[in-house]
Amino acid sequence: MPTIQLDGAGVTVPTVSGDRVVLAPTTLTLTERRIGIVGANGSGKSTLARLLNGLVTPTVGRVLVDGLDVARQGAEVRRRVGFSFTDPAAQLVMPTCVEDVELSLRRRERNGDRRRELALAVLDRYGLADHAHDSVHSLSGGQKQLLALAGVLATEPAVLVADEPTTLLDLANTRRVGDLLLGLDQQLVLVTHDLDLARRCDRVLVVADGEIRYDGAPDAAVDDYVASALG
Amino acid sequence: MSNLLLIGVHQPGTTVLHRLPVGVKMAGLAAYSLSVVLVRSATWSWVFLALALLAALVGRVRLRTLARAARSVLLVALVVSALQWWLYGLPKAVETFVDLLALALAAVVLTATTAVNAILDAIVRWLGPLRRFGAQPERVALTFSLALQAIPGTLALALETRDAARARGLGRHPRAFLTPFVVRVVARAHETGDALQARGLGD
Ligand SMILES: Nc1ncnc2c1ncn2[C@@H]1O[C@H](COP(=O)(O)OP(=O)(O)O)[C@@H](O)[C@H]1O
Ligand SMILES: [Mg+2]
Repeated sequence: MPTIQLDGAGVTVPTVSGDRVVLAPTTLTLTERRIGIVGANGSGKSTLARLLNGLVTPTVGRVLVDGLDVARQGAEVRRRVGFSFTDPAAQLVMPTCVEDVELSLRRRERNGDRRRELALAVLDRYGLADHAHDSVHSLSGGQKQLLALAGVLATEPAVLVADEPTTLLDLANTRRVGDLLLGLDQQLVLVTHDLDLARRCDRVLVVADGEIRYDGAPDAAVDDYVASALG
Repeated sequence: MSNLLLIGVHQPGTTVLHRLPVGVKMAGLAAYSLSVVLVRSATWSWVFLALALLAALVGRVRLRTLARAARSVLLVALVVSALQWWLYGLPKAVETFVDLLALALAAVVLTATTAVNAILDAIVRWLGPLRRFGAQPERVALTFSLALQAIPGTLALALETRDAARARGLGRHPRAFLTPFVVRVVARAHETGDALQARGLGD
């Protein structure tokens, strides 16, 4: 598994009423295959997740992925760390499913015919083969999220960071997307409000008010989060 | 709503039009559009419309796709033609109407028979020689496809926001529509930028 290191990494943003700490300086090393992140809305989960592939750069400290500094070697880190978002509509940018996956593959395969073959194979792997030539807008919410994930996984990243990938999905699709993510060979960092998915990880971080409040075994961490959130 | 969104989706096939090089097709569409706009004759308008229909036939573009495209320009074409009727008389109005319809159909034939990725590849190829002057063909191509895709996405947001305003009984209130609409378009653009960056497409 890749090694993700936060070395006193924190994020402060300037506001009209002075600087605001969004994530306090944090030091930790992530080597497990499946890492869950839970916490209340606005607690700083997305900021923590975004640090891992350079969408947010730390204002103090460093973030390293396999020794690569996210702030300095951003392009290399992004080739290793895929990122998926909550709303698939913002991630799908091409008219049809196969074209959207091809967009991800442009860098890897210059030949158009081979790129199409690769893209079709990716769609097949995620159960979207029948929709290859359908408009991305015609898919259901669950299918859109699967396609968005396929677009990210097509580049074969070593790590996938997923920020609330099931929040907009119904029960069956949450299960489907969750099973897919937890079954990946890659390292997974999963921000989620779905406590069942969190319990199936290997390690869970609980974020509260911009700090890691608990870090440990999934059941204990989720219990701690539930107890603190519901008083 | 989804009817509007499905216009111009690529329909894979093996017809002559599908196999023609992208550059030829784009140049053809450009020449055709110029002719339609420049040639001022009612007879020729019908000829151009017939040509667009012929191209659709050759490319085996689905009738449904054509009908949708026609419907989406119908309203605009009707308004413009009504104005022309009032200003210049009936023959001129009919000519304008037929011209607009022909242009829309021709554009649909191009997008139905050409994958967007093929258009992107062509742009990257054409702009390749400009690399030494600092041009970034991949970026230009990506921007082009984003602009194409932003249209259906933004329409969907507009319709959703309008429905939300109506649901609150504020259907006629411009602010109830515009404020959330602008916020959402900007937020969506921001998210899309992040998503592209995360996919390494900006590197
Ligand atoms: N760039 C920023 N500028 C100002 N405030 C921010 C910025 N990024 C995050 N925040 C604030 O920091 C807090 C944590 O945000 P976020 O990491 O998105 O939380 P979560 O994902 O847990 O909901 C929120 O209150 C958010 O409004
Ligand atoms: Mg968040």
